[in-house]
Amino acid sequence: MKLFIALFSGILFGIGLIVSQMVNPNKIFNFLDITGDWDPSLALVMGSALLLFIPVYQILKKMLKQPLFANEFSLPLKTLIDRPLIIGAGLFGIGWGISGICPGPAIVNVSAGDPKIIAFIFAMVLGMYISNYVNIALSKPKD
Amino acid sequence: MTQLTILDSILGGLVLSISALFMLFGIGKLSGISGIFYNLKNIKSPSEYWRGLFILGLVISPFFAHFLGFSLPSSIDVSWSAIIIGGLLVGIGTRVGSGCTSGHGICGIGRLSVRSLVATIIFMSTAVITVFIVNNLLSSTV
Repeated sequence: MKLFIALFSGILFGIGLIVSQMVNPNKIFNFLDITGDWDPSLALVMGSALLLFIPVYQILKKMLKQPLFANEFSLPLKTLIDRPLIIGAGLFGIGWGISGICPGPAIVNVSAGDPKIIAFIFAMVLGMYISNYVNIALSKPKD
Repeated sequence: MTQLTILDSILGGLVLSISALFMLFGIGKLSGISGIFYNLKNIKSPSEYWRGLFILGLVISPFFAHFLGFSLPSSIDVSWSAIIIGGLLVGIGTRVGSGCTSGHGICGIGRLSVRSLVATIIFMSTAVITVFIVNNLLSSTV
């Protein structure tokens, strides 16, 4: 059942990315181009997602002590706004702005077989491994 | 040029949200795609099989979307240099910053995490600045 839910959620998430056109880099570029011919569509994507997620999360969190098909919720424990968060998010934004692609849409686009998507995923995996060295550098205390 | 797509955007957002809620309250996992993808390297352990199934779902989702009348973009209009540099930075940034658009932007803000709100404001800002620079200062070369 756990695995079925993971598969179903993945399919549904992919459909959401396709319906909202998050999978189209041009749509991302025009959303980010606020001083040009701005296309605000993706603000509606995030807005409608959050408008549903925030209240339903609050309600279900109070109703359910644990997930329906698992023993516990795996939630991040970090609450600190630290240097890695700021630097990492900044770098991710630059990469997203350059390519118009973020991880979900890259994976959803794989089946079209475009070599650029495959190359993007290879570069992303390489970047993920390089990140270990960035993390080590950032974790060296200055004081 | 792309046009404002009001209904598809709202519908897509709701579907993303339902998927993330389903996964969180079904099996207790957040739909942070960069993290799920990176940790596929631990897939040998049965407790991690869900990662493979979620990613598989993403990969096959276009076939289901096709039946609903939605399709992938016919081509990726991005230069090779932008693909490689962008991919590297997305890889580094999502690991160092613990998340991407899905993990911070939807699940994180959705749980009212200040950390994710800050991350989302930062990556949206640097992305907007990057597009501005590319369009206005580099457009003759890229």
